[in-house]
Amino acid sequence: MSDAASLTTAPVPQASNAATAQPETMSWDSRSRRMVVLWLPLACFVIILLFPFYWMAITAFKPNAELYDYKTYNPFLIGSPTLAHIRLLLFETSYPRWLTTTMTVAVASTFLSLFASTLAAYAIQRLRFRGSQYVGLAIYLAYLVPPSILFIPLATMVFQLGLFDTPFALILTYPTFLIPFCTWLLIGYFKSIPYELEECALIDGATRVQILTKITLPLAVPGLISAGIFSFTLSWNEFIYALAFIQSSEKKTVPVAILTELVTGDVYQWGALMAGSLLGSLPVAIFYSFFVDYYVSSLTGAVKE
Amino acid sequence: MSATTSAPAWVRRPAQQNWVVRLFDWKPFLIVICLAPAIGLLMTFLTYPLGLGIWLAFTDTTIGRSGVWVGLENFEYLLEDPLWWNAVFYSVFYTGIATFGKFALGLWLALLLNNHLPFKSFLRAVILLPWIVPTVLSAIAFWWLYDPQFSIFSYLFVDVLGWRTTNIDFIGSAWPARFSLIGANIWRGIPFVAISLLAGLQTISPSLYEAALLDGSTGWQRFRYITFPMLLPILAIVMTFSIIFTFTDFQLVYAITRGGPVNSTHLLATLAFQRGIPGGQLGEGAAIAVSMIPFLVFATLFSYFALARRKWQQGEAND
Repeated sequence: MSDAASLTTAPVPQASNAATAQPETMSWDSRSRRMVVLWLPLACFVIILLFPFYWMAITAFKPNAELYDYKTYNPFLIGSPTLAHIRLLLFETSYPRWLTTTMTVAVASTFLSLFASTLAAYAIQRLRFRGSQYVGLAIYLAYLVPPSILFIPLATMVFQLGLFDTPFALILTYPTFLIPFCTWLLIGYFKSIPYELEECALIDGATRVQILTKITLPLAVPGLISAGIFSFTLSWNEFIYALAFIQSSEKKTVPVAILTELVTGDVYQWGALMAGSLLGSLPVAIFYSFFVDYYVSSLTGAVKE
Repeated sequence: MSATTSAPAWVRRPAQQNWVVRLFDWKPFLIVICLAPAIGLLMTFLTYPLGLGIWLAFTDTTIGRSGVWVGLENFEYLLEDPLWWNAVFYSVFYTGIATFGKFALGLWLALLLNNHLPFKSFLRAVILLPWIVPTVLSAIAFWWLYDPQFSIFSYLFVDVLGWRTTNIDFIGSAWPARFSLIGANIWRGIPFVAISLLAGLQTISPSLYEAALLDGSTGWQRFRYITFPMLLPILAIVMTFSIIFTFTDFQLVYAITRGGPVNSTHLLATLAFQRGIPGGQLGEGAAIAVSMIPFLVFATLFSYFALARRKWQQGEAND
């Protein structure tokens, strides 16, 4: 961000160049041009990216009469907001159950993968050994294996292990896409912690385990938070495993349950569907809003590593 | 007093280190212990299923019955299956158009965000929303937006603007449905591309632009000869990820059309699911899933060489 700021204040050559220059280097008198090339497209992007959420929210609170009648009611506003759809969702479906299941699965798999990937990242980055970089590369490659080609063999495995239709099927399989990501992120993070700190501790007679728990981990807390948030959202959003491994209605996760349990018959209850989508998105959106900066840094950090 | 009590304790400390402590300080053991959970989980639930999936593709396993080796029969069947060819075509088409759209719009958005803006971090947070909300849930919102009768787009174009006389047919027939799904995929992919590329843009040194400005370059020249080459390594990585996860996409299609109308929008992943899980033909489903692997290997090699080239360019140590 500071780079962009300094770019703006960088000396700008005179008019001939400024007219064809990029927006950040334009002079003061071309404010209208800045409006057209910067603010207008940006506004379009924001509107397009947010419109489905607006529509989701507005549908969730509209009474059915307004929902299907655009002629008499302005479709972009709510005439008389109602909580009927939310009530239907909360009290006439097992939505609270789905929510707790999803929460349990997401938290458990996040902790499991954080534990495993912290140790792995520490071993790869700090306990340098012959071939450690190849282990790192192998873990990175594991991230490139998409769930779509694993779910069929995993389904047979889950059957044989007797985990089918239990939350453990999800808690144990989600780390397959969480661990590679978290490990890669934490390797990058550990790299930024000065090695001298650990050497000092070694000289003072600390054991390796003490170094990990008392020096490296406390310093890596921001990295752990980023990895944790990212894992939590990824496991909250996971769909294909939850669809394939869970059968009974009350054990489903929110995304799967809304699609398979609320879509019934030929007439879709759009109000309830949108209410479900809204409520299913809110926890992760709220969680995200608290940690935006960690999230962005983990997203961009993982890409840059 | 403190000196007399602390001194013996200090001397005796090494003696208290029993064999467990010494074992945990022995580097080879520690390496094994640290790597065990991650490697164990990945081996059990990733490497083994990958092999198992390839093996299943050569058997006629169905749900509830372990199959026998049938050689290439599944693949021979697929080669004659028009639905499989259709899924291959649509997977490639979907990946191609959606990736192009995502990167064109995402790069544009990243360049816009790279300006000096007020509320920048707020804007960035808002823009990432489509990416963090569960895909299936936003897909359901798109499903509602694409409703044949009550689509708000139809309302806008027919009743407000008067550009059309009939409702837009978003997901009722093959080609419109294909493009509607691509539109939803682009919508969902823009934030990731934009934010990743923005991070790349911010690492480009402003002095390069200053030098180019002094040399009298135009805006396009600066983009073409500074921004784009400097962005290329990160662009290559983000694109590899995007291609892999678009090609193997499942959620959007499953949520909005479930492969319909008349199987015209099946991707390989949704076809594999349909044959494998509800259809019960695990062997055939696995064969469809395995047929995605050559493409993924290609994309991975692309990523690896892009990474290698970046390190070579920056003269980084090989870690």
